[in-house]
Amino acid sequence: MSRRPSRFLLGGRRFSPAASLALAAPFLLLLLVVFLLPLATLLHESLFVPEPGIGNYARALQEPVYLRVMLRTLRIALFVTLLALLLAWPLALLMARSKGLGLALLAAAVLLPLWTSVLVRTYAWMVLLQRNGVVNQMLAQLGLSDQPMRLLYTEGAVVLAMAHVLLPFMVLPIYSALKGIPEDYSRAAQMLGASPWASFREVTWPLCLPGVTSGCLMVFLLALGFFVTPALIGGPQQMMIATLVSQQVREMLDWPFAGALVGILLFFVLMLTLLFRRAVRLDRFVGQA
Amino acid sequence: MAAARSRPNRAGRMALNAAAYAVTVFLLLPTLIIIPMSVGPERFLRFPPAGFSLRWYAEYFHDAEWIAATLFSLEVGLIAAFCATVAGTMLALALVRGRLPGRGLVELLVVGPVIVPHVALAVAMFLVFERLRLTGTLLGFAMAHTVLALPFVVFTVLAALYRFDAELERAALSCGAGRFATFRHVTLPLIAPGVVSAALFAFIISFDEPVVSFFISDLDRKTLPRKMFEDIDYNISPTLAAVATMLTALTVLALLAGFVLKRAAERRAAARNG
Repeated sequence: MSRRPSRFLLGGRRFSPAASLALAAPFLLLLLVVFLLPLATLLHESLFVPEPGIGNYARALQEPVYLRVMLRTLRIALFVTLLALLLAWPLALLMARSKGLGLALLAAAVLLPLWTSVLVRTYAWMVLLQRNGVVNQMLAQLGLSDQPMRLLYTEGAVVLAMAHVLLPFMVLPIYSALKGIPEDYSRAAQMLGASPWASFREVTWPLCLPGVTSGCLMVFLLALGFFVTPALIGGPQQMMIATLVSQQVREMLDWPFAGALVGILLFFVLMLTLLFRRAVRLDRFVGQA
Repeated sequence: MAAARSRPNRAGRMALNAAAYAVTVFLLLPTLIIIPMSVGPERFLRFPPAGFSLRWYAEYFHDAEWIAATLFSLEVGLIAAFCATVAGTMLALALVRGRLPGRGLVELLVVGPVIVPHVALAVAMFLVFERLRLTGTLLGFAMAHTVLALPFVVFTVLAALYRFDAELERAALSCGAGRFATFRHVTLPLIAPGVVSAALFAFIISFDEPVVSFFISDLDRKTLPRKMFEDIDYNISPTLAAVATMLTALTVLALLAGFVLKRAAERRAAARNG
């Protein structure tokens, strides 16, 4: 969105402000009614029911049960981000060095999961990890374990499955940052006597840092509010903030408290987004197909 | 050049490539392993399958509830894709070719549905929709999914608009074509591949959308993802493996179509600009 339109369009050839507003009207109306209004209603509920004040927020931040859920959410989001970064790096690097068919195949390997239903991917992990699932079947066949291990509903399983689901959001920005670095740079560094490690540290890493920041931020943001995978893979044992919100709404029917939890989640997400405004480049994820 | 590369460098590169291929396998394997398992004859999912049978596919097609959920998702997806494509394309035009007051705020609104966690949005919509009796209705689902798909449409169409040469529009305008005629005969044909692929992905976003669907469904009207969610939660039946396989196949087709459209757009841009 940062690109400037070509110069002549700044002359009288652009739509007038009124015409532009008319073009934007359906979008604005939809977002007002189905985005801003519902969020405002829910936050209003959290601040004014049962009585005006920050009681609901205080409860969420003071009771140890809820505090534990929030700390777990932050911890899992952090681990997911680190694991995704670790896994994304070699793949992004290989993609940046590939051309033609090789690149197309690697890109397909990243884009196919990105566009495959989150439910399908979560279901796949459940099939793999459940008590009589594929992993336990394999372990038994290899004689590595005499009784099935409990893999589902553990924090490790949640981190692994979420890192898998969110990995494309890490690979794509790092890849586009790496692609922008001319190969001559690191070659020049090495011809001038830098070791491969030094040339990586001094040349490649600083230049691809924007991509890394963008990927980490996207994955962390998405992980913070993730619902499907923690709900199914983590169960009530590994409750994260999104699953807690769902429980409050569907089982306790406690809208004001759910609203406070959403308010806290939104606060984190908006702070991070504003802090790293430049790094949030959503256009990287569309039109890549 | 080859001489400049020392031996440890090559070994390091090979290790890095091996790691990259391992990650590719990690990315694809969980989804792909479902495919052979979906054709197993037994009630328990097993890998490798103990035989070949399309029993679970037949089960899906004979189950009224699965079919109803699929048809409802199809309906919602088509309406949401249409609305999001029209509203998103109009907004993209206003952003690129217009002078939109409060442009920064509008841009923030565009990323809103992506940045705000879907669970937050879903619960908020649930609250308001319940009061308006919109839960479990076509209208409610269509509106919710239109909003979720809009950011992707706007970004895809923006990219298509930036790709072609705006001089072509000026030429049409200076030859006396009206603004609408210019859009109809110059702009739209040029951005058509982008618009079609935006519509395609808007449909996929709606068709696959699990979180908002989870909250605003009701007992007799639910989307396919909501039905899948319930089935995963209560019993991991092999029917689900069949559904998952068909959904993955649909995704592959959509991605191929998107790829073909992108190539068409690039060729078109190259031909007109070159």
